[in-house]
Amino acid sequence: MRNTENNYGWLTISLHWLAAGTIIGLFSLGFWMVDLSYYDTWYKQGADLHKSIGALLFLLMLFRVIWKYLQVTPLPINEHSKFEQNAAHIVHKLLYLMIFAIMLTGYLISTADGRAIAVFNWFSIASLGSFFANQADIAGLIHKYLAYSLITVVVFHVIGALKHHFIDKDKTLIRMLSNKAVKQVNSST
Amino acid sequence: MKKVLVAATLASLLLSPLSQAADYIIDDKGGHASINFKIKHLGYSWLTGRFDNFNGKFSYDPTNIDASTIEVAIDTNSINSNHGERDKHLRGGDYLNVAKFSDAKFVSSSITDIGNDKLLVKGLFTLHGVSKEITIDAVKIGEGQDPWGGYRAGFSGTTKIGLKDFGINANLGPTSTHVEISLHIEGVKK
Repeated sequence: MRNTENNYGWLTISLHWLAAGTIIGLFSLGFWMVDLSYYDTWYKQGADLHKSIGALLFLLMLFRVIWKYLQVTPLPINEHSKFEQNAAHIVHKLLYLMIFAIMLTGYLISTADGRAIAVFNWFSIASLGSFFANQADIAGLIHKYLAYSLITVVVFHVIGALKHHFIDKDKTLIRMLSNKAVKQVNSST
Repeated sequence: MKKVLVAATLASLLLSPLSQAADYIIDDKGGHASINFKIKHLGYSWLTGRFDNFNGKFSYDPTNIDASTIEVAIDTNSINSNHGERDKHLRGGDYLNVAKFSDAKFVSSSITDIGNDKLLVKGLFTLHGVSKEITIDAVKIGEGQDPWGGYRAGFSGTTKIGLKDFGINANLGPTSTHVEISLHIEGVKK
């Protein structure tokens, strides 16, 4: 279950792909729903679903970060250059940062007028009130452009993974698919 | 001579409020005015809202109502339907597009007294960058001294506008093509 120096544990792997699928899904849903007209069936359901799933993603991401710091991070694999390692770290940090910023701005849109966010019919997240003028509009704009930026960074993340798999033919991508991908990382690199 | 002067002064004091149109500032600062709207939701109920920020002035002469005028400017960004996400949509490009059209304006062109304190206020209404002639059915509520040394007059008015007439083409359904606007204004004499 836990990460080792060589491999990601199955829980880390599952969380990664669950978050990845959810984020792509939320982006697609959000991109699609903002152009729905008032009389579309999904006009209301789409937004409700987007908010509910977003709230659950927050819990997932929170757990992911805690889980990340409760265990070792696998060492970079031998083939990775210093430049690649740095680039990957920056991209990973950016991804985390942007995901949390997008969730925060989403919260600020929906709670700007004091309303709570209903997460399905299970529970609701209270509003903390309005923090600044035109909160819904400003948070909405930031939410939108951060989401576009996030997907741009995701594209780089995916291109990186595919490049390692198909061009460098190393285990970078396999390590995120199997907890037995690498036998021994050479710790001298 | 002195008596004549006193008499003339008294006469002019008595007559002046009757013979001259008075200018009033709409008391939006004191919150004695509101601009509300309502539109059918799906045809099942009324959705009501308001514009929180606006200002205006009018000139009113009870003895010569036809000479009266009114001007109101509305900050469209201040739309408030008591639902933050809906207001965000209403401010957006599909509806008021406040980033581009931050002001709505009504300037009267003619005011007609139709009796029983009722007035027909015609004028140019500019909303969403489109100017159109509209008629407001108005009624005078009252006028007189206020307890703080001022003089006030108040009116109510309603009108109905088509969203499409003002270039707002969002489809809210067949029963929601028009919005009713009502103004409740109290002016303080300058």
